[in-house]
Amino acid sequence: MLDDVFRDEWARVLASLVGFLGDFDRAEDAAQEAFTIAAERWPVSGMPDNPGAWLVTTARNRAIDRIRRDRTLTQKIQLLPAPEAAGDEVDDTVIKDDRLELIFTCCHPALPLDGQVALTLRALGGLETADIARAFLVSEETMKRRLTRAKTKIKATGIPFAVPGPQLIPERLDAVLAVIYLIYNEGYSGRVDLGAEAIRLGRVLASLMPDQPEVHGLLALMVIHHARRRARFSGEDLVLLDDQDRSLWDPHQIAEGRAMLDRAIELGGRGPYVVQAAIASLQTRRRIDWPQVARLYRRLVDLTGSPVVELNHAVAVAQAGDPAAALRAVDRLDLDGYVYLHSTRGELLRRLGRHDQAREAYRRALELATSTPERRFLSRRLEQL
Amino acid sequence: MQYALMIYTRPGDDEALPDAERAAVQAEYAALGDDARYESVAQLQPAETATSVRVVGGRTLMTDGPFADTKEVLGGFCLLDAADLDEAIELAARIPAARLGGAVEIRPVVRR
Repeated sequence: MLDDVFRDEWARVLASLVGFLGDFDRAEDAAQEAFTIAAERWPVSGMPDNPGAWLVTTARNRAIDRIRRDRTLTQKIQLLPAPEAAGDEVDDTVIKDDRLELIFTCCHPALPLDGQVALTLRALGGLETADIARAFLVSEETMKRRLTRAKTKIKATGIPFAVPGPQLIPERLDAVLAVIYLIYNEGYSGRVDLGAEAIRLGRVLASLMPDQPEVHGLLALMVIHHARRRARFSGEDLVLLDDQDRSLWDPHQIAEGRAMLDRAIELGGRGPYVVQAAIASLQTRRRIDWPQVARLYRRLVDLTGSPVVELNHAVAVAQAGDPAAALRAVDRLDLDGYVYLHSTRGELLRRLGRHDQAREAYRRALELATSTPERRFLSRRLEQL
Repeated sequence: MQYALMIYTRPGDDEALPDAERAAVQAEYAALGDDARYESVAQLQPAETATSVRVVGGRTLMTDGPFADTKEVLGGFCLLDAADLDEAIELAARIPAARLGGAVEIRPVVRR
């Protein structure tokens, strides 16, 4: 119970403190201190009416106390406004929501991508450094260094704690969405449920930027995929869309995802995340309209120019009934080192009855596959030929 | 905050431009200093004019050419005063080298 409150309030409290103190490390220390006090007191004396305001006020007061104590050491600290309240008196005024500023700071493109991801999970997601380290399969020490480097760069280079101006928004929002989607995609491999974490972040962003179609598009995409997660594996084995047990899909999440997609389209969304969400949504229908899926992938190719998307387009063309055209398209792609190029070729060749070539393609895919479920899947396909 | 912008260009790129365009680019560089946020702007002579100096064991050693042997060379630098990194990025993006195959490196200047 307390844990949930803490996780919900962490980003809000931290954002408010970074805005107030102009310093990430100080803000984090002060927030940590306030949460520790709350964890001691609340179970005894009960939760305050406005936990967020209580935490922010307490953290601010602690930070100011500490700065006073350190004053001789910190002559360089920026001018601080005089403290409004001494001790732990709680200021009941509404705390301004600075989380959007925090998101844009954490996902600033001047930071290395791994730093953006780590900082977003720490600051916005409220995950502990150790959990983030486990999710990315690195040591806690490595993750701590990554976070420190990012925070140091923010401070040293003057990355603003601000929502970018309207002319910069499209570009910077793309960076934010890319970070969230990267966290989502990491969710399938790691031990911490990063998929759920990315969806949480997406929901926060959608509530803060309700008029941005791509935000709703990304959220819809993640929620619809997430709805199918239990059907993606059978034990250790990867299960393809066609063979998935639909009773394992979460119908509420699919409905929710579709509603989000409708919202994105209403807002005029035609961008890459909206298109991908539309494809994901079509793929949850009982009878999949493959020609329509192919048209959407074509649009996605036009938007992204990505050969991987071209490959997906070819798959949709095959599903729509033309594996020969799909194979011609696949053979034009320059993706020789990509495992799915070869597994797709194998599948297309199998359907065209060219079994020798299909075996060869599956063998090549097997050489390139790294994950155990993928390797098992490909070996099974090879045996079946 | 004070930032230094270091402008890297690929030698020869400039000559590849048609005359009119080259003149326009040069005019753009000349006009940089008109923006009050620039504290100083310096264009450097080509890298062939560089001399690198080291003092080893009390002796001054010289080598002909720039310190770093790279395809892009330092062509100039500016000091500017900007509110934050985003403002510095916006100014850097307007420097012709950034769109003509070179790059502009932004570094915050140590406060004294």
